[in-house]
Amino acid sequence: MKLVYFAWVRERIGREAEDVDPPGEVKTVADLLQWLKDRGEGYAAALEHPKVIRVAINHEHVDHQTTLPRDGEIALFPPMTGG
Amino acid sequence: MDCAPHIRVQAGDFDLAAEVNRLSAGRKDVGAVVTFTGRCRDEDGRLAALELEHYPGMAEAEIARIAREAADRWSLSGLTVIHRYGRIEPGENIVLVVTASSHRKAALEAADFLMDYLKSRAPFWKKEHPATAAEPGRWVEAKAEDEDALARWKK
Repeated sequence: MKLVYFAWVRERIGREAEDVDPPGEVKTVADLLQWLKDRGEGYAAALEHPKVIRVAINHEHVDHQTTLPRDGEIALFPPMTGG
Repeated sequence: MDCAPHIRVQAGDFDLAAEVNRLSAGRKDVGAVVTFTGRCRDEDGRLAALELEHYPGMAEAEIARIAREAADRWSLSGLTVIHRYGRIEPGENIVLVVTASSHRKAALEAADFLMDYLKSRAPFWKKEHPATAAEPGRWVEAKAEDEDALARWKK
């Protein structure tokens, strides 16, 4: 699956996007955030408080209980501050 | 009344008069046009510029979903949302909402609803660049009251 990052999530992780292949036990958005957190310092800093991270799957907001799609674009970002 | 929302996500500025014209020129049924323009403040001289990051593709899609909901809830003859991204300096425009209707109340309420949802649901993030260049940029934090503002629109 393709991951894309925005704002301070992008800055802390140190990249805009990447392709990842998480293991089978990573089933939900919450599982994915937990799994990513252990990938290095930048990830740990970005995902220190997973509850504040907003997630979109294929351009639509989802909650952390949502089951991950087989493939598609998953975006991680902070609460939005537009308008 | 059916209205096809006009949505743009762009780096450049917009022309308020042209956008009002788009929803009202030649129309004799439009009794109310409401515009809201969000602008960049200088925060008493402390801010040099805002940098607006957005999620291309989702920004347009999410604004379209919010606009569709507004068009379903209020009787509108036209609806426009323009949101800018990139570097924006104090005094410049950030966002424009235009709603048109035969009556005032629908246009006013729909514009208010659109702004509340744009703030908390459209994928844009503001970074403040301070006037003193030595300081690093700082991401604006989302306000709890912006999220709370959505509650009053829940049916």
